[in-house]
Amino acid sequence: MKLPARPAVLLAVMAATACAPQTSANSSSDKDDKTGTLRVWLFQEVGNKPKEKVVDSVVAAFEKAHEGTEVDVEYIPVETRAQRVKAAFNDPASAPDVMEYGNTDTAGHVKDGGLLDVTEEFGDWPEAKDTDPTARQSVTVAGKVYGAPFYVGVRALYYRTDVFEEIGLEVPRTMDELASTARRIRAARPELYGLVVGGAYTYGAMPFVWANGGEIATGKDGSYTSAIDSAAAQKGIKAYTSLFTDDNCPAAKCAGMGGNDTVTAFAAGKAGMAIGGDFSHAAVEAGKVKGKYAVVPLPGVRAGSVAPAFAGGNNIGVLKSTSHRTLAVALMRQLASKKTQASMFGAMGFLPTFSDVRQQVAAKEPYVKPFARTLAAGTRFVPASPAWAQIDSSLVLPTMFQEVISGKKSVAAASKDAAKKMDDAFGTAG
Amino acid sequence: MTAHGRMTAHGRMTAPRPWRRRSTPWLYLAPALVVLGGLLVHPIYQLGLISLFQYTQAQVSGGEPTTFQGLGNYTELFADDQFWQVLLATVVFAAACVVSTLAVGCALAVLLTRVRAVPRLALMLAALGAWATPAVTGSTVWLFLFDPDFGPVNRVLGIGDHSWTYGRFSAFFLVLLEVVWCSFPFVMVTVYAGIRAVPAEVLEAAALDGASQWRIWRSVLAPMLRPILVVVTIQSVIWDFKVFTQIYVMTNGGGIAGQNLVLNVYAYQKAFASSQYGLGSAIGVVMLLILLAVTLVYLRLLRRQGAQL
Repeated sequence: MKLPARPAVLLAVMAATACAPQTSANSSSDKDDKTGTLRVWLFQEVGNKPKEKVVDSVVAAFEKAHEGTEVDVEYIPVETRAQRVKAAFNDPASAPDVMEYGNTDTAGHVKDGGLLDVTEEFGDWPEAKDTDPTARQSVTVAGKVYGAPFYVGVRALYYRTDVFEEIGLEVPRTMDELASTARRIRAARPELYGLVVGGAYTYGAMPFVWANGGEIATGKDGSYTSAIDSAAAQKGIKAYTSLFTDDNCPAAKCAGMGGNDTVTAFAAGKAGMAIGGDFSHAAVEAGKVKGKYAVVPLPGVRAGSVAPAFAGGNNIGVLKSTSHRTLAVALMRQLASKKTQASMFGAMGFLPTFSDVRQQVAAKEPYVKPFARTLAAGTRFVPASPAWAQIDSSLVLPTMFQEVISGKKSVAAASKDAAKKMDDAFGTAG
Repeated sequence: MTAHGRMTAHGRMTAPRPWRRRSTPWLYLAPALVVLGGLLVHPIYQLGLISLFQYTQAQVSGGEPTTFQGLGNYTELFADDQFWQVLLATVVFAAACVVSTLAVGCALAVLLTRVRAVPRLALMLAALGAWATPAVTGSTVWLFLFDPDFGPVNRVLGIGDHSWTYGRFSAFFLVLLEVVWCSFPFVMVTVYAGIRAVPAEVLEAAALDGASQWRIWRSVLAPMLRPILVVVTIQSVIWDFKVFTQIYVMTNGGGIAGQNLVLNVYAYQKAFASSQYGLGSAIGVVMLLILLAVTLVYLRLLRRQGAQL
C-alpha cells in the first residue's frame, strides 16, 4: 500500500536500473535465409517515375530467378535520409536489407556499424573489373568494399550561348579567363550574375582548390591530416572567394547560396555561367534557358586543362543486420549491374560507374560529353574517413568560405581555423 | 480531510495512523507525479546521463562501445570559443527580444483600453492571428517580406536588392521583428486583462490630479500591475532564450558562417546534424541550469508577492 511517492525515490530507482545510455545490438545476423521478403530502400528523386520503372523490371526478373523471394522497395525522401538511415541502424528489426546511400557517407555508415563487408562478393563479380577507380574508391574503406557503385555525378561549367554571342565572348580556357569572362558578362548585362557562385556550395568551390594543387586532407585510410590551409589550397580559396564581388556575384546575395540555388538562378536566366552537375541537366532543360546554353568542363589553371571535379554519386549497399545475406548481395549486384545502369541512364540521366558503359551512353547522348570528359580528366573524392560526415554536417568548409567572403577573416586565418576543426574531427572520429 | 477525520472519530475512537495521514496528499498527487516523472524527470535524467558519455551515432547503432567520459563533454564545450560567443549572442538577443516584446505588448495593451470597440476588436483579432500563426509559417512569411528580389519591404523603402540576412546585426534584427510579432500578443492580452482589473476610480483620481499618460503608467498602472509584469517578463525570458524556429528558418540554420547561432540552434547542430549526442546533451544541461536559475528567481519573486497572484 505504501507508495514510493517522492520524486527522489523515483529518481533513485531509475538511477539503479539504468547506468548507461541505450545502445542497439546491431551485430551482424548469422541467419542467411534463402527465401522470404527482401526490403530495399532507394532515394526518391525529383521525377521518380522513370526510376521506379527500371527498378520494377530488375525486381521482377530477380523474383522470377529466386523462387519464394519477394522484394519490397521503398523510396525514401532525400532530405530526411539521414534520420531514416540512423533509425535503421538503431533498430535492425525495421531496417532494410539493401539500401542506396550517398558516396560521401560510406565511411560514416561503416563506422556506425551499419554496412556489410562485401569485399569477397564484389571481387567475384565479373562486371566489377570495369568499375572506374574513383567509383571503386567511393565504396572502399580501409581496403574493404562496402557496396557497389550505382552512379556517379560530376559538375562542369554551364554557360549561356546567347549571352556569349551577344557580347562577343570566347569560352574561357583557364580559371583566370573564367573570372575575367564572368566580370565582362556582369559589366555588359548588369541584371545577370557573371558566374553564379555560392558560399555554401562546397563541391562547386573545391575544384578551384584542387586545380591550384590544394587538397582537403592528406593521408590514407583512417589517418588523415587536414591540408586546407596549405599555400596551394589558400590560392584556390582566394580564387573562388574573389568571385563574390559586386562586379560578378555580390556577396550579400551569393554568400548564403548553396549548389541548388546557383543552378536555379542559372535555369531562371539570371546568370551568364554556373557550375552544375550532369544531374542538373533536367532542371536546366526545364528552365527559361532551354536551348540557349552549352556545357564545357570547368577549365583548370593552365589552358587546355580541366579542373578536377568532385566525384559525387550514390552506392548500393547491404546492411549488416540482414538475415538474407546471399540474396541481398545478389540483389545489390542486379541493381548496380551494367544493364541496370545503362537503362537508369536512359531513364534518369545518371552517369554509369562502369567506364565502358559510360562511353557507350556518351556516344548516344551528346550532352554527356563534357561530363564524361571531366570524369576522364581525373576526379577527386572527399577523405574516406568517418570524420567526413561530421565535418560535412558541421559545415566546416562552407563556414570557411563564408568567413572569407564576408570579410570576417583573412584566407590564411579562416583556412587555419577550418584545418584545426577538421583535425579535431579526424582525431576523435578516426 | 475533515470527513476522513470525523469518520475515524465516530468509528473506532482511535487516532488515525500517522503514515496514513501523511500519505493521503501524496496519494492524490501520485497520478500527476507519475506523469511528471515519466515526461519530465526521466528525459532530464537521460539528458544528464548521455552528457557524461562519448555518445555519437556509432555508439547508438552499436558500431563502437559506449565510453564514460566523466565531464569530458563539458570540458570540450567550455574550451570552445564558439560556445561562449553563441552564449553571449543568445543572452543579448534574448534580452533585446524581451525588452521589445514587453514595450510593444504594454503599449498596445494601454492603447486597447483607450480606443472604441471596433478598432479594439480589430487590434485583438490581428494580435490573435499573429499569436495563432505557427512559427515556421510566420518566419517564412517575414523572410519573404524582406526578400531582396521579390519582397515588398525593399520595394516600399526603395532600397533595391539590399539583403537583410547578410549582415549579422541586420539578420538578428529581422529575426527580432518576427519574434516580437509572434510573442507580443501574449503580453498584450495579459496586461490588458490586468489593466481592466485596476479600479477606474484610481485612474480617474490620477487624471483629475493632472497626471500625463506616461505618468499614470509609471506611477499608478505599473506598480499595480507589477505581479503580472513579473510573470510575463519571466515567461518571455524563458521563451526568448529558447528561440529556435525563427533563427533556424530565417537565417538558414545559423546565418552566414554561423554568425546568427543561438544556443538552441547550436545544440541542435552539434547534437543532431553532427550526431554528437553527448556534446549536444551537455549543451542542453547547461541551458537547463541557466533557465532553472531564472525560474528560481521567478519563484522567489512570486513568493515575495504573497497571495496577490
